[in-house]
Amino acid sequence: MATTATTASSPVTAAARAAGHKWWIWLMVAGLALLPLLGGKTGFISNYGFLQLSLMIVYAIAVLGLILLTGFNGQISLGHGAFFAVGAYTSAVLIDQASWPYWATLPVAAIVCFLVGYIFGMPALRLEGHYLALATFALAVAVPQFLKYRHFEWFTNGVQGINIFKPDPPFGLPLSADQWMYLIVLFVAVLMFWIARNLLDSRTGRAMMAIRDHSMAASTMGVNVAHYKTVVFGISALFTGVAGALHAIIFEFVAPDSFRFELSIAILVGAVVGGIASLPGAVIGGIFVQVIEKYADALTKKLTTAVSLPLDLEPWTIYGIALILLMYIMPMGIAGGLAVLWRKLRGS
Amino acid sequence: MEQLLQQVASGLANGAIYACLALALVMIFVSTDHINFAQGELSMFSAYLVWQLMQWGANFWVALPIVALLSFLIGVTVERVILRPLHSAPVLSIVVVFIGLLAIFHSLAGAIWGHTIKDFPSPFPNIVFAGSGYIGPHQIGMILMTIVLLVALFSFFRFTPLGLAMRAAAQNPASARLAGIRVDWMLALGWGLAAAIGAVAGSLVAPAVYLEPNMMASILLYGFAGALVGGIASPGGAVVGGFIVGVLENLIAYFGNLLEKSTGVYVIGNGEKLTVALIIVITVLTLKPSGLFGHVTVKRV
Amino acid sequence: MVALLEVEGLKAFYGQTQALHGVSFSLEPGGITTLLGANGAGKTTTLRAICNMVRTQGSIHFDGRPIAGLATEEIVRCGVGHVPEGRGTFTNLSVDENLRVASYTRSDKAAAERDREMVYEYFPILKARLGQQAGTLSGGEQQMLAISRALMLGPRLMLLDEPSFGLAPLIVQEIFRIMRRINAEAKVGMLLVEQNAALALELAGHAYVLETGRIVMSGKASDVKSNEAIRKSYLGY
Repeated sequence: MATTATTASSPVTAAARAAGHKWWIWLMVAGLALLPLLGGKTGFISNYGFLQLSLMIVYAIAVLGLILLTGFNGQISLGHGAFFAVGAYTSAVLIDQASWPYWATLPVAAIVCFLVGYIFGMPALRLEGHYLALATFALAVAVPQFLKYRHFEWFTNGVQGINIFKPDPPFGLPLSADQWMYLIVLFVAVLMFWIARNLLDSRTGRAMMAIRDHSMAASTMGVNVAHYKTVVFGISALFTGVAGALHAIIFEFVAPDSFRFELSIAILVGAVVGGIASLPGAVIGGIFVQVIEKYADALTKKLTTAVSLPLDLEPWTIYGIALILLMYIMPMGIAGGLAVLWRKLRGS
Repeated sequence: MEQLLQQVASGLANGAIYACLALALVMIFVSTDHINFAQGELSMFSAYLVWQLMQWGANFWVALPIVALLSFLIGVTVERVILRPLHSAPVLSIVVVFIGLLAIFHSLAGAIWGHTIKDFPSPFPNIVFAGSGYIGPHQIGMILMTIVLLVALFSFFRFTPLGLAMRAAAQNPASARLAGIRVDWMLALGWGLAAAIGAVAGSLVAPAVYLEPNMMASILLYGFAGALVGGIASPGGAVVGGFIVGVLENLIAYFGNLLEKSTGVYVIGNGEKLTVALIIVITVLTLKPSGLFGHVTVKRV
Repeated sequence: MVALLEVEGLKAFYGQTQALHGVSFSLEPGGITTLLGANGAGKTTTLRAICNMVRTQGSIHFDGRPIAGLATEEIVRCGVGHVPEGRGTFTNLSVDENLRVASYTRSDKAAAERDREMVYEYFPILKARLGQQAGTLSGGEQQMLAISRALMLGPRLMLLDEPSFGLAPLIVQEIFRIMRRINAEAKVGMLLVEQNAALALELAGHAYVLETGRIVMSGKASDVKSNEAIRKSYLGY
């Protein structure tokens, strides 16, 4: 599987490219960070709007976790909803039962999810391709029931779930809770993407991708394949788990049935649509998932009135068609398609 | 003791459905090396088609063959039109397409028929007989139908030229081509058969678990567990595996309940069946991926 | 008389690598022709190319009919029986089932039955082992089975890829004897690829020598056999 994200090049050009990239990314981030000031004050973006933006960014982080494992390390996962759930519940339980401040729950969720991912990665070591897909599929299907397990009820609160509250902005800042959470989510996202970028550019990243491309060759070259595969599983779970934790805080509610198989599919769809081996793709994917989630109903209503279909299409139908079409037309996702276009335009 | 027998009997009945699904999964796996993640949703969709025909006045035993044929055609079409062009694509792409099919069939059923639970009457006569205390007529019907289906399939593959050609194509496509067999069409037929088997399985289980779009999701997982236990590359093994999983899940829940009754300690019960299936799947994949009846294939570098 | 097989400018590719660089030859009906050459010369590739098992360019005519680009199974249905390298046995099927698979495409059941009897006559050991799982047969028996499967197609041309490979000399002699009989009695033309040049030249009427994807020599088998220079430089003996 070819990647659009990293290509071999001399250190000099790589550095020059990195420096060139950096400034406009940071400019964008700064712009996004200023949105509450610009948008909020004028009412241009409502609180609801900031909630939507936050959710897009949260899903982008979740998708980022998946692509680290799949696009950059070649391990298929149909079960990332499980790690999302673990992160969400970790945060919710700490806030609800132990009255922890929301921001402190994030590192804990990260560590817990890393461990869970690492542990799951161990039996998964020997599995590849569709066998691994099957194992992770089983994980995804079993998650809600697992969360309802009677002996967990003393902290999960069982089927009823846990209610928590969004934090108010600190230091009396003139922001709404939604705007504050938006900034928090943005900050965490920038941090996570920065970590991911550095991870991929490092030796570890090269080992990851070597394993993806040909694990037997990688191991003959001295790469400890087992070690990397389990660690990457852990890291991937960590990222998606942090997204889950943020989601719990923004959404203010977790329950076992919020984490059904559909969630794992949504994250997979985001990864595939955005670009399975592309960091910007994760952002595109996150936006796509949230947009479809929210606006699929409206979109299908428009479609059905325009084409006078006698059925209501559901988000899943769109997901399904998108997935299949993309595998034919743009297997590297929108980011991949854009990269190809960009290269064509630059004539290289 | 009576309760235990009941659990075993009901486990066999459930196991019959898992066996059918496992068989469909194995058929596709053996011929194409792919796991059909959409098998459950295809079965569910077929069950809805049977229901719809019954709503329009058809008898179950008329509707079922019609839908089985329709499902066969759908399966052939899916293989030829959607999957065949991607046959040399990386595994992830193919898995993604399967998930796409899963999503489409799932939501189509919801879009056409809605999400409310539909009553699906059992096609088997509700007669009382000796042993009714242990097992109901529908459950016996499930087991019998499954046996009939399996015998028919076995005979087809064992004794007919087409069945032989399909087996040859699945085992050794290159040699099959050199025998003049149109391997691509054999694969499509395999898909068609798997879809038809799934239609029967879905229609048999619908009266027991109520017809709704989410009906097959967990049953598919049990089907996977059955196929893995028996051997994902072994049709006979898959069938045995399906029955084993059916009985095993009931026995585990039964003994869990027993434990709770006698000691007051709840470890495991009916609510953990999916988790048990998950554990079975992970255990088999980790310890013996080729299952009880399969053999290990050596991967060439 | 139309040539049984006519190959012109045949190129073959494994991925990006080119293995045949424009090979041309023709076979008359009924004879045995052998393709010789060192390892990697492209002999097996040529047989595979004829059956479109590798990517090809160029023209191939079988009995006057163009077959280049047709699917392998369609080419086989035209009357080409390919006995592949490694025998291609259906290891999990019985001997009987292996033979039945091969007659799947025969519409004339009576002719297929007659061919079955013919196979038993050439290879009585197969009749004795009908119920046995084919994967448990010895190398020689599997080779006989592979040849039989090709025969059961009722072909006009048989392509044989290294039939002597891995077999004891006595078995090889027997198989080659039977191949001569098949060629004479069933009137099936043969294109034989062999590493063992001496053996092949005993059997064949005509020979081509391949080197790195090109034909470097062509002639009557007896001429090639008696040409010491050719033997030493291309055939290694």
